[in-house]
Parts: sequence; structure tokens; C-alpha cells
Amino acid sequence: MSDKKTARGVFVNGLLNENPTFNLVLGTCPTQAVTTSAINGIGMGAAATFVLLGSNVVISLLRNFIPNKVRIPAFIVIICAFVTMVQLLMQAFLPDLYSALGMFIPLIVVNCIILARAEAFASKNSVWLSAVDGVGMGLGFTLAITLIGCIREFFGNGTVFGINVLGGGYDPMLIMILAPGGFIVFGLILGIVNAITNKKKAKNMQEADA
Amino acid sequence: MTVNVFVFMVTCIFTNNFIFSRFLGCCPFLGVSNKVETSMGMGMAVTFVMGVASLFTWVVYNWILVPLNIQYMNTISFILIIASLVQFVEMFIKKSSPSLYKSLGIYLPLITTNCAVLGVTILNMNNNYGLLQSVLNGVFGALGFMLAIVLMAGVRERLETSNIPKCMKGFPISLVTAGLMSVAFMGFSGFGA
Amino acid sequence: MKLFVSTPPHIRAHEDTRSIMLDVIIALLPTTAAGIYFFGYRAAIVIAVSMLTAVLSEWIWQKLAKQTVRIGDLSALVTGLILGLNLPPTAPWWLACIGSVIAIILVKQLFGGIGHNFMNPAMAARGVLIVSWPALMTAYTLPAVFPGVDAVASATILGDGGFTANYMDMFIGNIPGSIGEVSKAAILIGLVYMLLRRVVSWRIPVIFVGVFALLSLIFGNDPLTAVLSGGVLFGAVFMATDYTTSPMTRLGQSIYAAGCGLMVALIRNFGVYPEGVTFAILLMNIVTPLIDKYLNPRLYGAKKGAKKNV
Repeated sequence: MSDKKTARGVFVNGLLNENPTFNLVLGTCPTQAVTTSAINGIGMGAAATFVLLGSNVVISLLRNFIPNKVRIPAFIVIICAFVTMVQLLMQAFLPDLYSALGMFIPLIVVNCIILARAEAFASKNSVWLSAVDGVGMGLGFTLAITLIGCIREFFGNGTVFGINVLGGGYDPMLIMILAPGGFIVFGLILGIVNAITNKKKAKNMQEADA
Repeated sequence: MTVNVFVFMVTCIFTNNFIFSRFLGCCPFLGVSNKVETSMGMGMAVTFVMGVASLFTWVVYNWILVPLNIQYMNTISFILIIASLVQFVEMFIKKSSPSLYKSLGIYLPLITTNCAVLGVTILNMNNNYGLLQSVLNGVFGALGFMLAIVLMAGVRERLETSNIPKCMKGFPISLVTAGLMSVAFMGFSGFGA
Repeated sequence: MKLFVSTPPHIRAHEDTRSIMLDVIIALLPTTAAGIYFFGYRAAIVIAVSMLTAVLSEWIWQKLAKQTVRIGDLSALVTGLILGLNLPPTAPWWLACIGSVIAIILVKQLFGGIGHNFMNPAMAARGVLIVSWPALMTAYTLPAVFPGVDAVASATILGDGGFTANYMDMFIGNIPGSIGEVSKAAILIGLVYMLLRRVVSWRIPVIFVGVFALLSLIFGNDPLTAVLSGGVLFGAVFMATDYTTSPMTRLGQSIYAAGCGLMVALIRNFGVYPEGVTFAILLMNIVTPLIDKYLNPRLYGAKKGAKKNV
């Protein structure tokens, strides 16, 4: 199975074609909860990428030793070990970011993206490909939530990455960085992504017809 | 005491609603909100698991992890407690009430990865809640989740016949719906403060 | 020959919508006139911008989505007018623009257009604006015709500004507030017109205001002041009665209206927002599908009732 897949293909797949946030719509809770600013998006994305990479590699290494019946609990324990590592590292070196992301760091354990990749990819593929898949999916997730973070921070605070871009005259649209903004911005971006993919599909079909 | 419990209940269910203000449990909220009846079943199962999980995790954290000074093991022990609890609930319902199992069965395993459950146990720990307060937080928080998912299912059943733009169908329109509902829930700001 | 099956409203329904909307506009005329009389040309500009943007948004959306342009059914015009009347006279023009775009595009058209929105568009837009710009949305001024006072005070009877007014001023509208909500006399004229034309029934407005007055009494407020201040009457007459977002049955409408009254009383007494009408109506809008689902004897009830009797 793995011989058909190239590292490049797996990476691009995670980043774009099967983007965990925009195409698979997994891990919706942190996508909305922590994206009140762009920097939070990057922080959350980096933490999730680290966990994805680690858990994918370990699960792939152990894929022939874990009995099928207890595989889900085993995956969760492995993921949990990496989450605890991230938690302790961030607490020590990035305390500000840690307090901004709050309980959503330990909640990476139940982020469906990570368990889904363990089940669907790492438990069936080689270590190298699993590592690439982890990084690709992680970066795809990071890209998506940073984009949402940028948009919400731009409208809700007039800044991007903390830099004031709209000048003092801008009266920020507070709702964007509150709970409703998280749902609405994510929903509208998904709609736009769908519209673009639909158009592409229609074009491909037309070309296939001709 | 009664007044305090009532205020705490209002805060948990409305002001700090798990979905509309804390973003906990969004996956099942978006995934299992097609029908009102199934949402109610899901809500009840989650209520039970969140209440019992709050109890068990409090006991384990305060009587085992803290005395042994291994608090950093909290995430891993909490998720294991939740996973085994869900397994236990599944077996129990299967034996005792096959009809309930039939209607809930498929949603039960999903509860393990419902971040509202792990979320409430972490909230209890971070806020240093006592035993009773932890359990109440779990139950009331879950009732807030149930309220949100049932309301959402009602609206979504209605949207089934609507002529929604193609690219907005499914997740996008559900998210916009949730956002507008969350605007309405902003009206509860300040309740119980 | 090609036969088309389009989703309702069909052409006849289209005409019906138009005549109902025309009645609503006529019913809103006294309120609009009173608002402009008390707050001057600035109120007129806010209302005009809001109406214009609403109609333009609907036209642009329907053009881009290649739908039949239905601005002739006047529903967008009514949404714009109601939204404008819900803004303070000091609202900047862009606030009215953003509100109208949210109402028409986000709340109405994304959900499939007229008859499919689950929330009242003007109310949802006002909710978004209140949450986003709380200061601008409550920057109320005293009416321009208020004798001897500069129009700068931002206090309302609901806030803590210590503003007091007598019942008469509150009834005719000589008080600070949103453009449309101040003149209770004008709102009641509109209500009488809509009742005579059978556009709305008495049920929702009367139960809404009645429950609210009763609860205000229980919470220790003067019920007459409570009803005459803020937007309770305007909301009960013009927004809570929206066909699309209120229940279909009489019992359902009664529960809905009582819920609105309850929520306004709770939010005014316990919430952080001084005025709860917007949020109360939005909250009851999201309960409406469930009310209809469980209280709809004509469609599903016959079967259900029979089951229960067995």
C-alpha cells in the first residue's frame, strides 16, 4: 500500500487536498475557541503539529505490536504522552501563550484530527510516510486556524499579529473576537472553500466531457 | 445554599454555555444535531457521563494524584477514566435496557472524544472545585450542551426544506446558524454574576 | 413546452407578501414620522441609509446568485426600515449599512431567502451591532425638541443616568432612545391599523407586554414605567409578530409571547445589557421550531393524539 505513496504527495495531501480543517472539518473546537488572534492560531497549530508528528511516528513504529482490540486506548495513551510533553514545555518556556490557549492544550488529546490520522494513516504506513503525514496535516491545520485567527483579529481588534493595520480611526467589530464571530467566520470561510472546490470540479467535468 | 446552587446552574447552562460560549463539544454538536430525538438521546448520555466523570476524576485527582505529587499525570488519568466509563456505560445500558441501547448505541463511543467531557474535568481541576461543585458543574454543563444541541436540531430540521446556496449546505450553514444562536445567547451575559 | 416547479413563494404568494408588507410599512409610518419629528434630520438619514442598503443588498445578492429579483415584494424595504428604527439617532451611517448587509445577506439570503430565515433579520442584525459596538448602539440623545436642553445626554430611563420623565412624555415619545421605540402613541396607532387590516393578531403583542408588566411588578419595578420605557412595545408589535420566525399555532404563539416577556424582564433585571428586547426575541426565535414541532395539531397532531388515546 505504502509503495504507491510518495512523501511529497502525502505532504501536499495534508496541507491542501485533505486539509483537516477546511476539507475534512475535524477538530472544530480549537479552530473556533483559540482563533481570537493570529498568534494564538500559530501557537495552537505548532502544538498540534508536534503532537501529530510524535504520535504518528510512535504509532507507526508500534503498528505491528499493538493488538487490534486495544488499539484505540493505546493510541490515546501515546497521544496523551505527547500532549503532556507539550503542556510542560509550553508552561516552562512560553507561559504567556500557554495561558492564552488555556485548557485547549490538554484538550489536544481529544482533537479528532490526531486520533483520525493515527487510525487512518499511521497504523497502516511506514514511519517515514507517517512522519510526513503528521507534519503535512499539522501544517494544514496551522495554516487554516492562523488564517481564521488573522481574519478575526483584523476585524475584531484592527490588528494582525498584534500590529495595528487599520489606524486609530477604526472602531473594532467586537463580535468577531467573541464566541459568535468564531462560528460565523469559520462557517463563511468553509462556504467560500466549498464554492471554489465546486467550481474546480465543474471545470474538470467540463474538460472531461470535451 | 439553594440560591447558590440555582445561580450556579443558571451560570453553567446559560451564561457559560458549553457550546455557545466555551466552544466545548462542537464536534457532536455539529455532527449529531440532525434530528431532535437523537440529539436528546445524545444529550442524556453526555449528561450521565459528564456527571460521573466529574465525580471520579475529582476523587482520583485529589486522593491519588495530589498526595503522590504527580499532578502532571492529570490529562492521561482523566482520559483513561472517561474512556473506561464510557465503555462501562455502554455495557451497562446494553444489558439493562436494550431499547435505549439501540437508540443511543452508536453515539456512546463518540462521547470519549467529546471535548466537553474532558473539558469539564479540567475546568473542575483548574477552578479547584469541591466534590459537590464538580459534579454539579458536570451535570449542569451537560444540560447546557443538551439545550444547545436540541435547539440546534430544531432549527436544522426546519432548514431541511430551505433553498440554501449549494456551497453553504452542511457544515457552513450549521456554523452560521450556531453563530446566530450564540448572538442570542449573549443576552444571558451577566446572569448569575 | 417547459414546466417549471419553483420553490414557494409563488407569484400569487409574491403578490400577497407585497400587500402585507405594504400594510406593515403603512403601520410603521406614524412611528417613523414621530422619530423624525423628535430627533430631526439625523434620524431620517439613519432610516434612509438603512432602507437603501437593505434593498441594494437584496438586489445584488439575487443578481449574483442568478435568482429572480424580488425586491418588489417590499420585504427587504421593511427589514431596512425596522432596522433603521431600531438604531439610535446618533448612529453613524456605516453602522446602518453594516446592519442592513448582515440582516439581508447573513440572516436572510444565506438561509434561502424570504420565509426561510429562522431569525428575524432586523433583530439578529441589531443583536450583532449591540454586541459589536455597545457604546454606539446606546449613545442615546434627548429629543431635539426637548425644551432648553442640549442634546448630549446619553442616559436613558433604563440606564443609571438618573434620567426621569413623566408618563406623558414617555407615551408620546419625548424621551431618549432608539428612533422608532420612543413614541408609544405612534406604535399603538400602527398596531390598531394592523389589527384592523388583520395583518397581525392581538395575541403576541398583548401576551408579550402583559407577561412583561406582571413580571416587572413582581421584580419590584413600576410596570407602567417598565412598559413605556425602552423597546418593549415596539418589539412586541413589529418584531415579535414576524410570520416566519414566530410559531404557527395559537397556543404556540402564546407560549412564544410569554417567553419573550419573561426573557425581557430577566435580562433587564439580571443581565449586563440594559435592554433585553432584541435578545429575548432572538432567543424565542430559536425555540420556535421546537414549539412548532411539538404543538402542531393540524399536521402531525392527529396521528399523535390517536396514539395517546390507545
